Amino acid sequence: MSFTLNRQQIAWRVAQDIPEGAYVNLGSGMPLMVSDYVPAGREVIFHSENGLLGVGPRQTQQPFDNNLINAGNIPVTLLPGGAYFHHCDSFAMVRGGHLDISVLGAYQVAENGDLANWDLPKGRKAPAVGGAMDLAVGAKNLFVMMEYFAKDGTCKIVPQCSLPLTGQRCVTTIYTDIAVLDIINGRVVVRELIEGITLYTLQAETPVALQVSPGLQLLQAPRLDEF
Amino acid sequence: MINKILPSAAEAVRAIPDGAVILLGGFASCGFADELLEALHVQGTGNLTLVSNNPAVAERGMALLLRDGRVSKLICSYSRKEGTSLIEDLLQAGTMQLEIIPQGTLAERVRCNGAGIPGFYTRTGVGTPLATGKEHREFEGETYLFEPALKADFALVRARRGDRWGNLVYDKSARNFTPVMAMSKARTIAQVDEIVELGVLDPEHIITPGIFVQHVVATRQA
Repeated sequence: MSFTLNRQQIAWRVAQDIPEGAYVNLGSGMPLMVSDYVPAGREVIFHSENGLLGVGPRQTQQPFDNNLINAGNIPVTLLPGGAYFHHCDSFAMVRGGHLDISVLGAYQVAENGDLANWDLPKGRKAPAVGGAMDLAVGAKNLFVMMEYFAKDGTCKIVPQCSLPLTGQRCVTTIYTDIAVLDIINGRVVVRELIEGITLYTLQAETPVALQVSPGLQLLQAPRLDEF
Repeated sequence: MINKILPSAAEAVRAIPDGAVILLGGFASCGFADELLEALHVQGTGNLTLVSNNPAVAERGMALLLRDGRVSKLICSYSRKEGTSLIEDLLQAGTMQLEIIPQGTLAERVRCNGAGIPGFYTRTGVGTPLATGKEHREFEGETYLFEPALKADFALVRARRGDRWGNLVYDKSARNFTPVMAMSKARTIAQVDEIVELGVLDPEHIITPGIFVQHVVATRQA
């Protein structure tokens, strides 16, 4: 029996690694959940590429103010001290290396840190890169959160991405439902692993050579219900 | 006396011909110049190239132009129109071209045109399918792509308040791309929720100085 993390728990795990004072951009979808789990008392400033710094919790009062949204089109609040700015300034922050952490989803991550997360050529949906390519080259640290295996059972950590790239050698850490892995000098290093899976099994299911951190720990998260 | 205020959206868009390249302020669901785009729709203008971060979420101005086949090319960073298959259908039918540009590159290419700069180099997109055919150049050991200024004929934008000199201020995240689109070397038409007297907008707080704006139309009473 193994104890895989659900999406909320992966978001919780990412949030624990965001230090006090960090400027952080959260990608659409699963990464947006990360802001819910920043430990109390830790001050983190969230950037949204549509021109916000100091993004606060979602709006709860109807009617929503639809002129105050995050990049995922969700009505949000702005914390005291927050600021509005236009897109060129927003992407100067992104491209210019002012963001400490970008959190993105992924279809594939290669062992050298290449990221594919924007286009499924055989998919039916129109292409949508948004700000992902700018975030991939600009943020000091790129955290990816994803399930370890795709829906068809294949491992999403690959020797080389077969899907269109978002950026080259940009991923620094991968947070998944079964392991946390750092990419260090083009090698994938297991830092945390859930109970019930051995390193041997993980390696057998992963098509790249894994290294093991000397400080290997158990990947754990508090119980958080899916919603 | 300088007076950039026009009486109606219909009058404001009258000079926009078929085949025009038009920049749009707006992001996701907010900040789009719906009334100006709807006046363009009523006018029957077609064969348009629209430059916008994304197809606006609302079933309003931009969606009407797309739905009725008035857009021959869409240049954007995010081409999905959430909750619909409109874009997929247009692409499948082959009636609209699509060009995808990373969001920050889109903003900066438009800014370059307004700032009199032929283009810029960026690391964004290196090694991706969007780098195909672009000039690559090394600076201090890093590879960059050349991205040219993006030229356009018109910019249709929305602001919270404006005055007869064309100064504009915005509302929260409805600002987004708008100041960038407005400053392009294009004819910028701004619809504003409210027109105010000169001097009402605090000079310290004006976001788009009027030099970038050619026409202002009030589309809603404050």
